[in-house]
Amino acid sequence: MSTITTEELAATTLLRFATAGSVDDGKSTLVGRLLHDSKSVLTDQLEAVERASASRGQDAPDLALLTDGLRAEREQGITIDVAYRYFATPRRRFILADTPGHVQYTRNMVTGASTAELTVILVDARNGVVEQTRRHAAIAALLRVPHVVLAVNKMDLVDYRESVFAGIAEEFTAYATELGVPEVTAIPISALVGDNVVEPSAHMDWYGGPTVLEHLETVPVSHDLAHCHARLPVQYVIRPQSAEHPDYRGYAGQIAAGTFRVGDSVTVLPSGRTTTVTGIDLLGKPVDIAWTPQSVTLLLADDIDISRGDLIVPSKDAPATSQDVEATVCHVADQPLTVGHRVLLKHGTRTVKAIVKDIPSRLTLDDLSLHPHPGTLGANDIGRVKIRTAEPLPADSYADSRRTGSFILIDPSDGTTLTAGMVGESFAAPEPVKDGTEDDGWDF
Amino acid sequence: MTTVATVEEGTASPYALSHLDALESEAVHIFREVAGEFEKPVILFSGGKDSILMLHLALKAFAPAAVPFSLLHVDTGHNFPEVLDYRDRTVARHGLRLHVASVQDYIDRGVLKERPDGTRNPLQTLPLTEKIQSEKFDAVFGGGRRDEEKARAKERVFSLRDEFSQWDPRRQRPELWNLYNGRHAPGEHVRVFPLSNWTELDVWQYIAREGIELPEIYYAHEREVFRRSNMWLTAGEWGGPKDGETVEKRLVRYRTVGDMSCTGAVDSDADTIEKVITEIAASRLTERGATRADDKLSEAAMEDRKREGYF
Repeated sequence: MSTITTEELAATTLLRFATAGSVDDGKSTLVGRLLHDSKSVLTDQLEAVERASASRGQDAPDLALLTDGLRAEREQGITIDVAYRYFATPRRRFILADTPGHVQYTRNMVTGASTAELTVILVDARNGVVEQTRRHAAIAALLRVPHVVLAVNKMDLVDYRESVFAGIAEEFTAYATELGVPEVTAIPISALVGDNVVEPSAHMDWYGGPTVLEHLETVPVSHDLAHCHARLPVQYVIRPQSAEHPDYRGYAGQIAAGTFRVGDSVTVLPSGRTTTVTGIDLLGKPVDIAWTPQSVTLLLADDIDISRGDLIVPSKDAPATSQDVEATVCHVADQPLTVGHRVLLKHGTRTVKAIVKDIPSRLTLDDLSLHPHPGTLGANDIGRVKIRTAEPLPADSYADSRRTGSFILIDPSDGTTLTAGMVGESFAAPEPVKDGTEDDGWDF
Repeated sequence: MTTVATVEEGTASPYALSHLDALESEAVHIFREVAGEFEKPVILFSGGKDSILMLHLALKAFAPAAVPFSLLHVDTGHNFPEVLDYRDRTVARHGLRLHVASVQDYIDRGVLKERPDGTRNPLQTLPLTEKIQSEKFDAVFGGGRRDEEKARAKERVFSLRDEFSQWDPRRQRPELWNLYNGRHAPGEHVRVFPLSNWTELDVWQYIAREGIELPEIYYAHEREVFRRSNMWLTAGEWGGPKDGETVEKRLVRYRTVGDMSCTGAVDSDADTIEKVITEIAASRLTERGATRADDKLSEAAMEDRKREGYF
């Protein structure tokens, strides 16, 4: 183990990623091996797992116990909820959203993928691409996760044959590309033996690519910001009204997309008023330029009415505002979503009243088939919805901006988070719908 | 790590943030969301490093204005004097308002009973929840981190508590993107964890980067301690040492700061922050495993306390 200096540790970047796999694909083993081989599992944690495994009569430590933190999970031997795991290498800090493979998997995978820059999808080399694999690919595509890794596991059980791996990689890549996944990296592994997880495999000379960990360490984490629309949802207005700062008035928020510069002409939505950026405070430090995901305070030339919930955008690149939102949603609550449902919609920092006007279709992830006019969406259903909001909303297409193209629906009576929404088309390469009687643009 | 350097360096974008900047920005966003959506938030402040970090981030989030929250200390009565001193100086320096919920008061009034083992950590829950109710706090910031303990790994950033402050891990709201849902009924409140995604090492690196002052017990010093449950505990009025336990002078430091009766010191010569970071990076024990007696009680010790309304 090389010595890591304080400076090196502090200069690493952060990668958020998620894992998905069917039952018995070896996901827990892969996660356990990533943590274990990167020396992120500490002695007392491992001892606790060994104790617990032994008391259950298991011979080897069950690495799933590292992540199954709740009593009910350990008792039932299943993972109920997304677990977040943290590990680091000299190059990068990782936040892993470990999503369960069976119970409520759609909801949990959508949750994990919403903040992930990369998803690892596992398949069993003996089974190849199965129904669940296609679902996982569809969710990664819907959530626009920029990087997808296909980990073809259990290569040891197919004699490390290149042809098996190549066939699976080709089939998956073709399917994912059709859905609009921008990048697929296929890696042949054996999580159990350790091939190509952290250490390169000695059994697969034909493979010249990176191990899973090498790929995680080197994949680029930020997009090309030059092409992103700049967006700042205003969280809070900072007005000290103190002797030292009698006239300070700053608009605080986390830049959701793009970059802002001092001197930019900006428009405040939904009011449409325009002004100029005169200063940017980066947590106490004045800067000329700031970019996503920095938390900043913008100072503006004119004293115009701006409050929490407003969106500051470049005047030359403002989104249209509308009270009608069409979106793909994943329903995450047990109580169903129905046509006519009165809800709250939270977009950026703005929460508005809204009504579900129509549910034109429900989507089956296995084969991407459509069920027109289902009337309701139940837990873990994915579908298209039309929503009317009480106030105009400056929403981007989710394809352009994951932060300002997303929203959640909330039940106003009990506060339950009902639905995760993504504005605009579902997939990057939409299949036109055959039924010509409906509004066009339903793109499953 | 022994990975072979066969992969090209990731294309270093000029827009890439360091992990500390990314975590800082996320935490500031959380503080500002709460300030924008809640009536009466409060920061749980023990004088431990995580609560000190929370306050530092809150100060940055609202500068040059004042922090729009008050502080709440759940006082077990078994405090390290250095930490109490630090608490009072910090409150005075930033002109903050401090609420104190006192376990000793509850014991004196006969509402709570001292446990046979003298540990007061589990006794904090009632004074905490009653203070939240009586002051009508609707958002309560805690310094809990998901890397600390496996029940905490399942905790949300915004965690809804019912009127009894209870946590139901099976009824948590999914948390998508950075759209936090703080809706709650009157009498309910939301526990908010801005440091959810930080690790112990991140906390120390950030403290070093920002030059944040900590109570001196976090650094190596000579102290009179005795051995109990494989930990070095400080002798004191709270009930140690007992017969058969001998006090000795050792060079130690604290990795966590809590109730004196169940927080252990570790042998250490790390008397500067650089040495502390090196020590943690090389440590083979988690901070709770090394220093907290209360979490060793059972596999679900933390989950059980959290369900009842603990931090």
